[in-house]
Amino acid sequence: MNSVTATADIAVPADWRDFVALTKPRVMTLVVFTGLAGMLAAPVQLHPVLAFTAILCIALGAGAAAALNMWYEADLDALMKRTRNRPLPAGRMDRQTALHFGVGLSFFSVLLMGVATNWFAAGVLAVSILFYVLVYTVWLKRRTPQNIVIGGAAGAFPPVIGWAAATGDVTLLPLLLFTLIFLWTPPHFWALSLFVRSDYAAAGVPMLPVVSGPTVTRQQIALYTLPMAAAALAPWPLGLAGPLYGIAAAVLSAVFVLLSLQVLANRATDPAEMKPEKRLFAFSILYLFAVFGALVFDHWLIG
Amino acid sequence: MSKPDDEVRRRQRSRALVMALALAAFVLLLYFITIARISGQS
Repeated sequence: MNSVTATADIAVPADWRDFVALTKPRVMTLVVFTGLAGMLAAPVQLHPVLAFTAILCIALGAGAAAALNMWYEADLDALMKRTRNRPLPAGRMDRQTALHFGVGLSFFSVLLMGVATNWFAAGVLAVSILFYVLVYTVWLKRRTPQNIVIGGAAGAFPPVIGWAAATGDVTLLPLLLFTLIFLWTPPHFWALSLFVRSDYAAAGVPMLPVVSGPTVTRQQIALYTLPMAAAALAPWPLGLAGPLYGIAAAVLSAVFVLLSLQVLANRATDPAEMKPEKRLFAFSILYLFAVFGALVFDHWLIG
Repeated sequence: MSKPDDEVRRRQRSRALVMALALAAFVLLLYFITIARISGQS
């Protein structure tokens, strides 16, 4: 059965589910959530239909960027266990189709954002797609072990776009949210790359644990956590968020720092003994959801 | 020979269906966006 479909690859058009897979729908949940939080924390309230459309555009833009990322990285994805079964390396779709889909979806999301909300938000969305595809995927991912830091900047755009869709501008609070996700990404991703290291090594991606070893990676994780916590706390003393947010951010960040110190203390090189890393990775996802949730709660209950 | 042909037809049908649903959803969305923008202006 498998060999039959494999030989008929060129003739059989790709299944629509493979187009969905091309947009990395699982990554999208965090993008949608942080984008929504940025929009809800803004002082201006959008009409519900326009708010829905703005979030849809952020999700589609992220999906377009993911599709273009997979178009460019098909060779690399074929070398890693985790990505080998994606539509392109598995041969279920040809590259040209993925490129057309990605470019089409990019234009669609940006134009719809401009029509539904404002052209400034559409511009920021366009910049975020171009940044992820050109600066991260094409330029830096295969060249520097700081690739994740740059990739984090791409993932940090959603709350800024959400805010811009509501207000038509960007102020200090959305920039702080950008900084928070930007500084959160390296500890989050490096914790993961510590216990799945072998995979990146096989593909020759200069992931920090591959290039500099686990000790340096653990130091970097702990180092990034401190300014991250500062960025998370900053809205409170600056008067951009209330005490409800401030206390939640302080407690969550304290736990994050504590878990990162446990990672720093760990000396294991065997993934089986990397409990602190796995714990930090799991908590980091909860952390981002909780901090952004607290911000929206604070804004709607008190602000 | 007929088996791959059937597969092609099946794929084409499901893709056409998904495309039709997406287009219908887009038309509806544009309608509601228009209503929202007009009512917001007055």
